[in-house]
Amino acid sequence: MIELPAIRWGEPYESLDVDEIAHFYTGEPIARLHTVGAGIIRRDAKKAKLARRALQAMSPAELIEKCKVAGELFESGTLAVGDSQQSPDDFVQQQSATTGMPISMCKANVVKNAFVLKNIDQILDCLTRGLDLNILARGYGDEDRGVTVSYQAQCDALGAVLPSNSPGVHTLWLPVIALQMGLVLKPGSSEPWTPYRVFAAMVEAGIPREAFCLYPGAGADIGGAILSSCRRSMIFGGPQTIQQYAGNPKVQVHGPGFSKILFGDDCVDDWQQHLDLMVDSVSRNGGRSCINCSSIYASRHTKEIAAALAEKLGPIEALPPDDPKAGLAAFTIEGAAAAIWGALQHDFSDPQTTHMTEAYGDRLVENPPVAYLRPVVLHCESPGSPAANKEYMFPAVSVVECPQEKMLASIGTTLVGTAITNDKNFRQDLIASVEIDRLNLGPIPTPQLDWLQPHEGNLIEFLYRNRALQIDG
Amino acid sequence: MQYFQVVGVSLGHSATPTHALPCSPQSDPEIVSEEQPNAARDLLDAHTVETIAWHFHESTGCPFWLEKKSQLKFDPLTEIRSYDDLKKFDPFEDDWLRGGPVRRWVPKGLADKPVYVFETGGTTGVPKSRIAIDDFRTDYSLFSNTLPEEFFPQGSNWLMLGPSGPRRLRLAVEHLAQHRGGICFCIDLDPRWVVKLIKKGWMDHLEEYKKHCIDQAVTVLGAGHEIKCMFGTPKLIESLCLGLEERGTSLAEQGITGIFSGGTEFTPQWTKFCIEELFGGPPEESGIYMTPTYGNTLMGLACSAPVTKENQYKISYYAPQPRAVIEVVDFDDHDQVVGYGETGRVKLTTLTQEFFVPGFLERDEGEREPPYEKYPWDGVSGVRPFHRLASSTTVGVY
Repeated sequence: MIELPAIRWGEPYESLDVDEIAHFYTGEPIARLHTVGAGIIRRDAKKAKLARRALQAMSPAELIEKCKVAGELFESGTLAVGDSQQSPDDFVQQQSATTGMPISMCKANVVKNAFVLKNIDQILDCLTRGLDLNILARGYGDEDRGVTVSYQAQCDALGAVLPSNSPGVHTLWLPVIALQMGLVLKPGSSEPWTPYRVFAAMVEAGIPREAFCLYPGAGADIGGAILSSCRRSMIFGGPQTIQQYAGNPKVQVHGPGFSKILFGDDCVDDWQQHLDLMVDSVSRNGGRSCINCSSIYASRHTKEIAAALAEKLGPIEALPPDDPKAGLAAFTIEGAAAAIWGALQHDFSDPQTTHMTEAYGDRLVENPPVAYLRPVVLHCESPGSPAANKEYMFPAVSVVECPQEKMLASIGTTLVGTAITNDKNFRQDLIASVEIDRLNLGPIPTPQLDWLQPHEGNLIEFLYRNRALQIDG
Repeated sequence: MQYFQVVGVSLGHSATPTHALPCSPQSDPEIVSEEQPNAARDLLDAHTVETIAWHFHESTGCPFWLEKKSQLKFDPLTEIRSYDDLKKFDPFEDDWLRGGPVRRWVPKGLADKPVYVFETGGTTGVPKSRIAIDDFRTDYSLFSNTLPEEFFPQGSNWLMLGPSGPRRLRLAVEHLAQHRGGICFCIDLDPRWVVKLIKKGWMDHLEEYKKHCIDQAVTVLGAGHEIKCMFGTPKLIESLCLGLEERGTSLAEQGITGIFSGGTEFTPQWTKFCIEELFGGPPEESGIYMTPTYGNTLMGLACSAPVTKENQYKISYYAPQPRAVIEVVDFDDHDQVVGYGETGRVKLTTLTQEFFVPGFLERDEGEREPPYEKYPWDGVSGVRPFHRLASSTTVGVY
């Protein structure tokens, strides 16, 4: 069993409160997490400026180089994680064991996170829209056109309350170190692995350890303390969390994506060409991400699209996590899968909604102590159907019949919108739609993120204030 | 034994005991002899019979229990001969305490005394009410005798950093201060509003309200009242220490030497953090002594065995037996006490002249602790919210 102490500005802290995390199926204990209370977090937060100072002792260029090394180490190195030496294989085994994610998906997420670190210079170039990082480091500087610009850092360290369900989301906070800001992380209660391995890789790469706090554990007050004591934080949660922090400039909320594929009338007759794209968008990463497609809108052929998707997705079986073909993650919280299935049954009891995967066997597969949900495809006769804009944490998609002219008024919040259309007017309307955060024009799978584009809000805009600065003479 | 002297005043509601409980937080816990628990048990049995005789006699009992008596399948006056016989009663339902008339809880034998009513809950709906006459004074006078003089000097003034309003705690702490020759300063703190803020998710408001409370405390501490002792909940002690740190000062600099606190948030880990980081070390280094307590409006106040770094800040509570009894019972069979060191649900019994509560199941769980010399009866450690009530399922977290 691995001991994971809390990390307080780089120093391990042994707590008297220890949470155990166990293998999702066998119940075998995997790690002991040393948890701390809100008081420690609040008190540590007062030292955040020391983390920034330690990072400011290095130039952005130096930090970028070290982040690149950290990316290599994260992907391939054997690292000191807690009281263990963790190989890359240990890492994916442990992550799979406590989260129920198939090993193949854990591996894919390693590549994703490592990519961001290894290409951090390009990613920062894109996030800053080409700004010289020394301007951010210094607080001001002259642009090429000779104009003084000033970006004021809004925090010394970014807080992040992280989820357990999708290790890919860590890409969002990884660039922070190169911006000379510390990290205050609450790892997901069953997925401490990525934050601890990133920490280990960064320290091994020569980044000051005092830039990091890691407060593991399930306690709700840990997250609350991070959000209230860091001047800038990100949190991952459900609709309730989004509502709670809506409009709070200190908190960037990442919640359900309700990502969608929209067919324009000009392309919908060719829907068969895009069937693989739809299947991939719905099912990649086990359908657990906010960037997975949860609704497909089209004005016609919707029944055929839904039937074709059901034919492809319906037969997918729940396989053991070490099976290379495993495409579904287990629900490890007791009763969660059954509760979701109950919600879906309620959805398709609506007369406008048809359950298209019904013929492909039971969807709820209970294998105590865990359960799986096999993919679900629904057909909705109109955007008014209760399932039209729902999202669940497994491959589930609603194919919605909706006239093109009513689509943008019907889709609601959409994190990733893939619009398959060449209609210039429709494209212009899509570009103007404030409902869509990340717009893909053309047949691009919704989970296919170009990391050289900002995702779910620009980190730079969140962390810096673009303000006036005048210098005499 | 000194122990019997304490017990001797337990039913005399108007008497304020002057004898120390058989404990001193400065003493090392010692293994109990075989005779002590037996003697304590004998006394508890006798006290139980005496308490039942009072509450179920037509001339002294309260209307609630006299009415209940007519529904019982046994006669408590003849069939309760020991503490264990209390199992004949159905578990006490705290819902009985909601709503009036509150006078139905006042024993006829005390009807001419001035009566307080204390409430618990009440954020929404009707709160639970408990009548009190002198119990809170008796409990806290007994507790007073456990406090080390070095850190809780007689005559020093107190700060009550806890809930105001219709709460037992507020008057009890004030009595404690007065009992020790001091004067108690209080703050305004409405815990029902705090619960509403949390339920609404108004965390910024919650922070501001907490600051408002801490500001009141800091103002009082800095106003030259020579306050040396205080009560505080763990969260408020923590916030006060952090608030003072922000102002460049500390509890020790403000003159605080003795603190008592309580509740399920008073965990070993919190104590470790508080003593090592907020106070700056154990009492001999920081000059601040803190003692945990466990209790509620129904029971009164349970003291703790000494809490030290050497014993991993383990907190073990012992009820002020025989006035109140703590048992750690099986989660499903509430008449069955679990083995020592095993986990179970906390069951409270209150046996005072003012109030009789047989077998109330608390919303907490913990491990059963063996008796020891200072408290020769069962205790409970590791008190935390009862897991079956505390657990909740989170679905769809991204």
